[in-house]
Amino acid sequence: MPSVEASHSEANEGEGLGVLRSVVQQLRNNRLGVLGVALVIFVVASALFAPLIITHDPIRIMVGPRLAAPSLDFLLGTDQLGRDTFSRTIMGGRIPLLVAFASLGSALAVGLLLGLIAGIGPRWLDNLLLLVFDTKRSIPSIIFALAMIALLGPSLATLIFVIAIGSVPIYGRVVRTQTRALRNSEYIAAERSMGASTTRIVAVHVAPNVIGPLLILVSMDIPAVIAVEAGLSFLGMGVRPPTPDWGVILNDGYASINQSPWPVIAGGIPIVLATLGFTFLGEALRDIFDPKLRKDL
Amino acid sequence: MWFYFLKRIVLAVAIIMIAVTLLFFMIHAVPGDPAAILLGPRATPEMKAQLYEQMGLDKPLVVQIAIFFGGLLQGDLGYDVFSQRPVADIVFEQLPYTIELILVSISWAVAVAVPLGCYSAMRRNSVVNQVAGVLTIATIAIPSFVMAVYALLIFAVILRWLPAIGAGDGFWEGSIHLILPAFAIGIGWVGYISRLVRASMLEILGENHIRMARSFGISEWHIVAHYALPLAILPTVTILGVGIASLLSSAVFIEVVFARPGIGALIVDAVNTRNYPIVMGTVLVTSFLVVVATTLSDLVAAALDPRTRENL
Amino acid sequence: MSALLRVEDLRVCFRMMGPLKALATGTKSPFIEAVCGVSFEIRKGETLALVGESGSGKSTIARTIIGLQRAVSGSISFDGQEIEELSGTERKPYLRRMAMVFQDHVGSLSPRLTVRSLLTEPFRIHGLKDRDVGGEAERLLRMVGLPADFARRYPHQLSGGQARRVGIARALALNPDLIIADEPTAGLDVSVQGEVLNLLARLQDELGMAILIITHNLNVVRHMTDRMAIMYLGRFIEVGSTERIFEHPRHPYTKALLAANPEPDPDAVLNRIELKGEVPSLMRRPSGCEFHTRCQYAQDICTRVFPEPSASPHDTGHSFRCHFPLERETVAPVQERLGSSVGPKPARARHGRAYALATAVGTRKARPSTEDGSLRKISPKTKK
Repeated sequence: MPSVEASHSEANEGEGLGVLRSVVQQLRNNRLGVLGVALVIFVVASALFAPLIITHDPIRIMVGPRLAAPSLDFLLGTDQLGRDTFSRTIMGGRIPLLVAFASLGSALAVGLLLGLIAGIGPRWLDNLLLLVFDTKRSIPSIIFALAMIALLGPSLATLIFVIAIGSVPIYGRVVRTQTRALRNSEYIAAERSMGASTTRIVAVHVAPNVIGPLLILVSMDIPAVIAVEAGLSFLGMGVRPPTPDWGVILNDGYASINQSPWPVIAGGIPIVLATLGFTFLGEALRDIFDPKLRKDL
Repeated sequence: MWFYFLKRIVLAVAIIMIAVTLLFFMIHAVPGDPAAILLGPRATPEMKAQLYEQMGLDKPLVVQIAIFFGGLLQGDLGYDVFSQRPVADIVFEQLPYTIELILVSISWAVAVAVPLGCYSAMRRNSVVNQVAGVLTIATIAIPSFVMAVYALLIFAVILRWLPAIGAGDGFWEGSIHLILPAFAIGIGWVGYISRLVRASMLEILGENHIRMARSFGISEWHIVAHYALPLAILPTVTILGVGIASLLSSAVFIEVVFARPGIGALIVDAVNTRNYPIVMGTVLVTSFLVVVATTLSDLVAAALDPRTRENL
Repeated sequence: MSALLRVEDLRVCFRMMGPLKALATGTKSPFIEAVCGVSFEIRKGETLALVGESGSGKSTIARTIIGLQRAVSGSISFDGQEIEELSGTERKPYLRRMAMVFQDHVGSLSPRLTVRSLLTEPFRIHGLKDRDVGGEAERLLRMVGLPADFARRYPHQLSGGQARRVGIARALALNPDLIIADEPTAGLDVSVQGEVLNLLARLQDELGMAILIITHNLNVVRHMTDRMAIMYLGRFIEVGSTERIFEHPRHPYTKALLAANPEPDPDAVLNRIELKGEVPSLMRRPSGCEFHTRCQYAQDICTRVFPEPSASPHDTGHSFRCHFPLERETVAPVQERLGSSVGPKPARARHGRAYALATAVGTRKARPSTEDGSLRKISPKTKK
């Protein structure tokens, strides 16, 4: 892939639009990336325009026969309560995507802040934060999430909160390591020698250089977060039925797996499509922005 | 060297202590009577009084933490009011099932992934390899519980080749019951580890000492197996240590899907019934496992490669 | 004349390992003294050079003056005001009056800012918002001889010499009284070195600031500076006027350094003193005179007694730390050699000096670049 090297230096030209154009260009050359973009657009668009797409009320029961096989009327069949699986699936994407963006957004902000504090702050604070990050990472994420849900009660807010907390230590650590490296760089010393305050150095000279790699990392975490959200809802720890949600739909299908295979087949498909799409996209983005990290495929 | 060991172990102890303290404060941060929270909604006043005395809940927080730590050191994780048994007994009763599942899953994954990684590093540009690459990403991306549900549907419900639920009795029955769960957990790891091995293998095969060996006319398989593999396996060792956390996480789903006994099923059940002592006990024991595993893998990695000792 | 910058008995230490590791490995002191007991002053408009091998502590002195490094003891006063103990905002008004040109010319420019933002960074830091930013950037670029359209470039689009010029321009932005130049010629092509030094000399003539130059390039020292200090293991071992030291080095180490400098005149008689062995580790300083391990004149007393600074009988501004300072006779050939190669030196007219620099550094060393076209290609814009 010589094109990656060549246009990477192009991306350094610094012009914002140029960067965007070259990213699009490279994405187009990456077959997996194209597939990822297509899947992501498909999933996100169907969630955004869900009310226009659905063919039946996703919550109303007995709109059709129970556990019907896919047909023209019920594109993905019906579940054990006679609800239309297609409509539920389309609507069910809203919560996972909302949780993913809300939790990763807040994790990004908090991780960036804590990482900058650890990176620029005094040694003891750095060590303390690292210790807390390591401690958090020692608790298996799902088990930690379950414990928090037990204490706070299952709800959308708990879900977002728990998933955000799970990602903060990783982001914090990455930002901290980058900040430490930048802190010893000559240009930070030069800024300091001119009398720049720490706040100014962090805001103008450190944060912009740290945020790029962090964004790639976050984009690569989207599929994992969707999986965790769906998993917790599957366990009945996320949003409560009858709200349509991919995890809930899969669980409904799982409950009637012995009567009919259709609900469980249909219930898993959106999760598979969404995680695959975001994974392919994340891989492609990483290849483009960070050729050093590229794992040859 | 021994200084690194010392530092690493001190760090591990510190992490466990902080985890315990955080957990302690988590219980106290929730509004309400900690005794009521710990005992659950069905506790009688006598039980509360007993717990008050036992944990020193009327004493200052520092004393409470000390009592908490003291209990932990003696292996006391609290008392489950429902079953009238110590939490430690319940958790350690379920733990072997989970550990068995995890070990079988990761073992088959490593056994398949390492040769796969080596092979794809040697045959870099074949079509089969590229297809395998995409499949690899796909197996990493698809969540293990979706894998599990589909595997259950195909092999247990439709084909009826394998049992769907439970752990089975005896070695033979138990093994058969393990196949689907271990497949669901391990398949993602096959992709992950083979990718890791492949990447580090490619890096090492480009190094000078390997080119040197090649110039002696040593066969490529011999080079890969005897010179490159011991070095290429190193990242995997480190990943396995950290990986136990995510293995335990997937075990939660898998145990629920296949209705197996184990720590994951235990905590899900405990959360559903608001049985906080069991929840906290599970969190503590699993975290302890993770800390021990990561510390061990770091030490093994340090013993294998002196360079990793430098950055703690 | 009053001193602009006065440094007294400055000591700077670095921690080599954590207290835990020191305890574990049985190290008595986990610190090394990078700078120990250094005193000097710089007067307004004067140029002082700190000379020494790498690791001798010269850059550490610079970083301590500018506030990037804390001193363990000693004082640094700027224009009569003690600044070592000041921190952050208290130090800011003084940082406005001194500026540093960093050794790593590209690395010291924030990578995501344009040259315009980099040059006007000092105005923003010191809250001078009323200035016309675009105009100032243009003025500074013109001052260092770069075209105005450079303002839109990013650091990675600059060559080494151009980045150095931007660094100098930024240092000059607030019209400082003192410029600290850390290895101003390091990593530059020899032809560009001459240009950068001429630029510094010209700007000093125009603006009259004092310069502290840190370098191991003795050609730079000889042609640009009024006084020089030679450092060894964090101490000054010889201080004096540049002219005097080049003519009569009294410390054997100074003489060895001067002798190691490439001689421009091919006919000159080479009588080099070769330095034996390595620079000792700062972790294990030699006893007595710290240079005795490498000194060909070392006697028994040198291994035991630490020499105090002694002044030259001919020149009170010239002092050195040596039990057996070199006499005039031993350096006679060196003197002869210097006399032949440095013609306009004694005149020390400002413009004469710049000229000498151009001939000594520019023309002589530029020869290889005419043979190799690629060297010229690197900085086409600066060749005006």
